[in-house]
Amino acid sequence: MLEFPTWKRIWLWLLTLGLAAAALPTIASLGNVRWPDVLPDPTVNLGLDLAGGSHILLEANREQVGQQRLENMEEDVRNALRNAEPRIRIGDVSTRGGRLSFMLDDPAQLDAAREELLPLINGSGTIREWNLEVLDGNRFVLTQTDSGLEQAVSMAMDTAIEVVRRRIDALGTREPTIIREGDTRIVVQVPGFDDPQALKDLLGQTAKLEFKLVDRNALQSDIEQGIAPPGSEILPYAPGSAFEGSTVAVRRLGGIRGDNLTNAQQTFDQQTNEPVVSITFDQQGGARFAQLTQENVGYPFAIILDGEVLSTPNINEPILGGGAQITGGFTVESANQLAISLRSGALPVDLTVIQQGTVGPELGADSIQKGLLAMAIGALAVLVLMLVTYGRFGLYANLALVFNVLMILGVMAIFNTTLTLPGIAGFVLTIGAAVDANVLINERIREERKRGRRVVAAVENGYREASRAIFDANITNVIAAVLLFLFGSGPVRGFAVVLMIGIVTSVFTAVTMTRLWVAGWLRKARPQDLNL
Amino acid sequence: MKLLKLVPDDTNIKFLKWRIPFYVVSTLLIIASWGLVFTNGLNLGVDFVGGQQIQVTFTESEQAPIAELREEVASLGYGEPVIQRFGADNGVSIRFRLPPEVEEDAAAADAMTSRVTGAITDNFADARIDDLSAVSGKVSGELFETAMFALAIAMIAIAIYIWVRFEWQFGVGALYALVHDVSLTLGMFALFQLEFDLKIIAAILTIIGFSLNDTIVVYDRIRENLKKYRKMPIVELLDLSVNETLARTVMTTLTLLVVLVALLLLGPDSLFGFTAAITLGIFVGTYSSIYMAAPILVWLGVDSHSFVPDESSADKQDRVARGEA
Repeated sequence: MLEFPTWKRIWLWLLTLGLAAAALPTIASLGNVRWPDVLPDPTVNLGLDLAGGSHILLEANREQVGQQRLENMEEDVRNALRNAEPRIRIGDVSTRGGRLSFMLDDPAQLDAAREELLPLINGSGTIREWNLEVLDGNRFVLTQTDSGLEQAVSMAMDTAIEVVRRRIDALGTREPTIIREGDTRIVVQVPGFDDPQALKDLLGQTAKLEFKLVDRNALQSDIEQGIAPPGSEILPYAPGSAFEGSTVAVRRLGGIRGDNLTNAQQTFDQQTNEPVVSITFDQQGGARFAQLTQENVGYPFAIILDGEVLSTPNINEPILGGGAQITGGFTVESANQLAISLRSGALPVDLTVIQQGTVGPELGADSIQKGLLAMAIGALAVLVLMLVTYGRFGLYANLALVFNVLMILGVMAIFNTTLTLPGIAGFVLTIGAAVDANVLINERIREERKRGRRVVAAVENGYREASRAIFDANITNVIAAVLLFLFGSGPVRGFAVVLMIGIVTSVFTAVTMTRLWVAGWLRKARPQDLNL
Repeated sequence: MKLLKLVPDDTNIKFLKWRIPFYVVSTLLIIASWGLVFTNGLNLGVDFVGGQQIQVTFTESEQAPIAELREEVASLGYGEPVIQRFGADNGVSIRFRLPPEVEEDAAAADAMTSRVTGAITDNFADARIDDLSAVSGKVSGELFETAMFALAIAMIAIAIYIWVRFEWQFGVGALYALVHDVSLTLGMFALFQLEFDLKIIAAILTIIGFSLNDTIVVYDRIRENLKKYRKMPIVELLDLSVNETLARTVMTTLTLLVVLVALLLLGPDSLFGFTAAITLGIFVGTYSSIYMAAPILVWLGVDSHSFVPDESSADKQDRVARGEA
């Protein structure tokens, strides 16, 4: 038990000092000391509950992804059949009930239609994305497969996270954390930012910009009653726009989407001087916009943002330059915000805030300061207590404790983990367990001496017998920590992470390192009796 | 240097003498705790029921204008908020439950948060929002369920491990002690209507960790003594084991209390409930290791056969032949 060959001593020390050194940048930053740039600087992040900041949890609307996909499919199907040779005409198209159904005008074209639809159904990937049924010989029904929908949701979430990241970067704050949680959720944490409202305004806007033609044939009485003519839909005007409170009918298909933009900026209208958003299309978007405006000169089209109509300007002349101006009763702020949102791209799906929180920087700083002071005083008292109770052995235990704290911080820094309030609870627990390990060992050595064993045998026995209980106690804690990590959420996980790291370093410092030191002392001093 | 000894050598306290009354009282306390949890209910924080919790400091005021504040936020029509002074004289905590019409609708809950914070910052120029937590009904249920599920799974897995390493009786004993600790902590929260939020879950986890540590130390000594003193009556053996580990129990508990008391007296307000829960739990946990986990072994019929296989007659003949006792 007490034999340590030189190579073993060396690597134990290297491991201890290496991991402890990794804690130094964190300690420097807590003490506001500048860490030299040339050195690597792994640091433990402080959670929002300690450092202050805002967090929000967003949830995407899964049904909406499905509905959007259905509408895209309708466009694709119409295009594919229209461009088929010979053209395949269809009617009675419906996207109700989560499925796309339509009838062939000429049942004889069944096989030709099926041929055209196959590439759409199978999609690009390895999975089958749609199920196709043919009813009564000429009605096609397309339903989404579960795996197809899952894939679409997953892709939408990937895009959504990218968009969220770009929008938050536009705020210019430092180091936001944006992670996906589960299938349809995104956690956004912005340290040091205490205006959750600004965050929500920025992310709450889907920023789906569309240009659609106004249905000029719709009867005003029908629109008022909410009855949409075939092929059209009725949309409300946006709050703040010129016709707020009324509705307008627009053609459902044949419009263009505002996702082919290269730039968007808040500017002022040259005539009215009201704030507007100037957008620039990319080449493809510009060409389509030019075509749309060319074919419909003299008619109004609707500028639609997130399903609400901002304005319905007349197309006075074809717009060929690839740029356009969006009006809609903006203030400078709202125009600016829309510009940011458009630049960062539309969210592929609406996000709803389902949880939010903010800790003001003052409270966070106060928590840390008081918490650190209390911990320091408590720790000092423990060190004194150990020293007066166990003498030299207490000193070794104390040294182990200091290294233990440093090593936990060091490992957390290397893995770039975040320390939260529940994490501190985990810290207290592991440090308590580490002290307990030394108490167990030292009490056992006392006992063995009392039973009349010689010094070396007493120490050896003390470590061996106490190790069994230490081992069992720590394994149970590991089991608890792993399960809590797997099944728990948020704070429970923060606790579990520190616990897992702490258990390993505690056993290492409290058992292995103290044994190394005790063995070294026994070899040098060869004491006949122990003051214990 | 003369070293400190907290516990004199060779104590012989008859811990198990009063095991039956202690057991009856403790079991009644467990039942009473659950009774309280179900009748009084836990004062669940917004983490678990949904709603908003806002801490505000009025930086320019001596006293927080609680009455005006109550009037302003109540006029929003989301029901009556709970407003309490928090920390300094000019600090308050405001709590809102989600009204029924908002409970299922995350977007409406979000709008409510914006309106409430808006009402505070617009009407009180010196209001500084220190802490805000808003949870929609959608997440709150999940948070509570996953936390409780993780807790239950962890406790059962621990019991199974102890069963494997020791004997089934020890697994049952450890589990019972853990149930005792968790129940009494919950009972305490139900009785005093302290706020029960996610931080408290972390506190309960810590309590379980320490209590288990204690239990295993005592169990380890019982296992050792069962092998060593094969003929000793079980009650005597348990008493001996508890006494032998008493110095360690006292020392460890003391070091923990030193840290916790420092946190209680000097630590941040936001940690007070959390630290108080752990401090109470330390006492409950130490008690349960001695009075819950150990005596149950008597009734479940643990003896040295649990660890040392019965001597076969052939072995006995060998021993007699060697002239041993």
